[in-house]
Amino acid sequence: MSAATEYDHLVRSEYEHGFVTEIESDTLPPGLDEQVVAAISKRKGEPDWMTDWRLSAYGKWLNMPTPEWAAVQHAPIDFQDISYYSAPKKKEGPKSLDEVDPVLLETYQKLGIPIEEQMALAGIAVDAVFDSVSVATTFRDKLAEAGVIFCSISEAIKDYPELVRKHLGTVVPPTDNFYAGLNSAVFTDGTFVYVPKHTRCPMELSTYFRINTAKTGQFERTLIIADEGSYVSYLEGCTAPQRDDNQLHAAVVELIALEGAEIKYSTVQNWYPGDANGKGGIYNFVTKRGDCRGARSKISWTQVETGSAITWKYPSCILRGDDSVGEFYSVAVTKGRQQADTGTKMIHLGRNTRSTIVSKGISAQHGQQSYRGLVRIAGKAEGARNHTQCDSLLIGDTCAAHTFPYIEVKNPSAKMEHEATTSKISEDQLFYCRSRGLSEEDAVSMIVNGFCKEVFNELPMEFAVEAQKLLSISLEGAVG
Amino acid sequence: MLSVKGLKAKVGDKDILKGLDLEVGPGEVHAIMGPNGSGKSTFAHVLSGREGYEVTAGSVDFNGQDLLGLEPEERAQLGLFLAFQYPVELPGVNNTYFLKSAVNAIRKARGDDELDAVSFLRLMKERLKVLHLNDSLLKRPVNFGFSGGEKKRNEIFQMAMLEPKLAILDETDSGLDIDALRIVAAGVNALRGPERSMLVVTHYQRLLDYIKPDYVHVLAQGRIIRSGGKELALELEEKGYSWITDGEAA
Repeated sequence: MSAATEYDHLVRSEYEHGFVTEIESDTLPPGLDEQVVAAISKRKGEPDWMTDWRLSAYGKWLNMPTPEWAAVQHAPIDFQDISYYSAPKKKEGPKSLDEVDPVLLETYQKLGIPIEEQMALAGIAVDAVFDSVSVATTFRDKLAEAGVIFCSISEAIKDYPELVRKHLGTVVPPTDNFYAGLNSAVFTDGTFVYVPKHTRCPMELSTYFRINTAKTGQFERTLIIADEGSYVSYLEGCTAPQRDDNQLHAAVVELIALEGAEIKYSTVQNWYPGDANGKGGIYNFVTKRGDCRGARSKISWTQVETGSAITWKYPSCILRGDDSVGEFYSVAVTKGRQQADTGTKMIHLGRNTRSTIVSKGISAQHGQQSYRGLVRIAGKAEGARNHTQCDSLLIGDTCAAHTFPYIEVKNPSAKMEHEATTSKISEDQLFYCRSRGLSEEDAVSMIVNGFCKEVFNELPMEFAVEAQKLLSISLEGAVG
Repeated sequence: MLSVKGLKAKVGDKDILKGLDLEVGPGEVHAIMGPNGSGKSTFAHVLSGREGYEVTAGSVDFNGQDLLGLEPEERAQLGLFLAFQYPVELPGVNNTYFLKSAVNAIRKARGDDELDAVSFLRLMKERLKVLHLNDSLLKRPVNFGFSGGEKKRNEIFQMAMLEPKLAILDETDSGLDIDALRIVAAGVNALRGPERSMLVVTHYQRLLDYIKPDYVHVLAQGRIIRSGGKELALELEEKGYSWITDGEAA
């Protein structure tokens, strides 16, 4: 029996699960089994190979253990209590800004977000507000001219099946970890980027431009391929606080850089962190990995993480090509009851590969934060170098910062540097700023932004300005 | 402009200031001298509102305002400035950005318009000229990696930018060689004016060779025990503090 026929009955049986096509009720009931996986694939009109890929991932996921090693605590997640498909239907969101939580609006205003965007972020039917069609069209024309493909992963599966099939899961295989396995089985949408050989992507790509296309949902899948000698900078996320009904987010991001290519991936993550007791916040369990497949390729991750109740995230680089370069610059803030276990992995396989890790962790109130980083130098990685700098800043005395560096060196020519500091904002620093007329909050924000400077310098200009503002707002009320 | 009456303060269980009286008029420069441990720095910190000091008695009036009830930033906004003995390093915080934020925080508190980048840079250039400083320190993080002399010069430059009504210079001469001392003193002198009073806190007379005070006070055991003109400083230099403190004890 071929794979296609084996799953046929599953695909056909979709209606048993109340999977109706009326726009308003296009949501699967909670629960996960093969039929649900097949139904998702069918609903999205995917080719058989994709359905098979998902089902195979699901089969493997069933036998995978949930990861327990991260230094975070939460109640067990009931995976049968989650609805795995909710089509982009008209949401019963607020009809106007008057119906939106004033606290949220206040934050938008502080961030200086234009009113149209505020409405979009707050979940008001965007198409009524945005003249995004024209924006998106201009944008697409320009990219098409350069030959850059930038679309949703669903579109890519239909329109560029060879590219997707060749690369999907080659950096983060479905068996990589529990959440990657789950994502592989049930991902709903995400982003696909292909930059052709020797092409410099003419603009920074941002999901912002896709805000009006399908809502990506909780299991997002991103695949970016930079062909030989190309360059692309991709911005993910948004500084504005984003609320979501889905508590569990398990995204997978795969980056592939071929010979001489460079990918710069910047993230600002500001998911809802929950209330003061951490209730209702997002669990952000993400697998992000880049493969420097070709010689002299480069992948650079920059992230500013201020949101989510629990973050579990290690953007990594596999430095396969000779002379390839991996970078990781991170600012993570935990306050209230937020928990973050985050860091990176740099796997040096090629000769003369270099990696840089700069991690800045800020904890306030009851925030708990761990840096977990692995640097592995394989036996053949002659002349590999790593520099790691890992700094923690504590505000107050009820928060905590932990550092778990893992270093494995199998080649004697490797050069490794590891620096780590933990500091508190000192009374001296605060008093110095205040004696110059600055309020305590402005002083903290200034000191914290100074602490994060090396990372902000890596962000694209506009993003950096927003990230600084975001950090200041995140830490409001965190002192004293 | 500044009127200190019967000021008593302690750190932990230790009484440091034991009834200090001082009157400073507009435009006057007062030197506070005294042996180590006499309470000079405590006095400077109590005036600027640093935490960790408990005022147990007395009052401090600053242009009609009760200073002791105010936060440090409110005192700065009223025109009080403390040049630190040990200026604090702020890694990653750009010096120009820091100054602009401070200037605008103070302007805002006074109801003035905040300066935009262009006007601020213009002001900065003008003040650099007055102090005969170059702008090499302004692109670096606040005090971070500065030499002792650079730190003190930076304090004086902040003072020039913030235009205080009362500047307290806490042991500004400590750790400076003679050339650096001259530069800093010249800066301070350039900032003297009828609207700006100064409290120069120092252990040694040598600073007063360059910054000529109108009045000199000797602080010992938490009280001002002798006041006079600038000739008092010279006398102290010659005879040492014991000349007065012993007299006091006797």
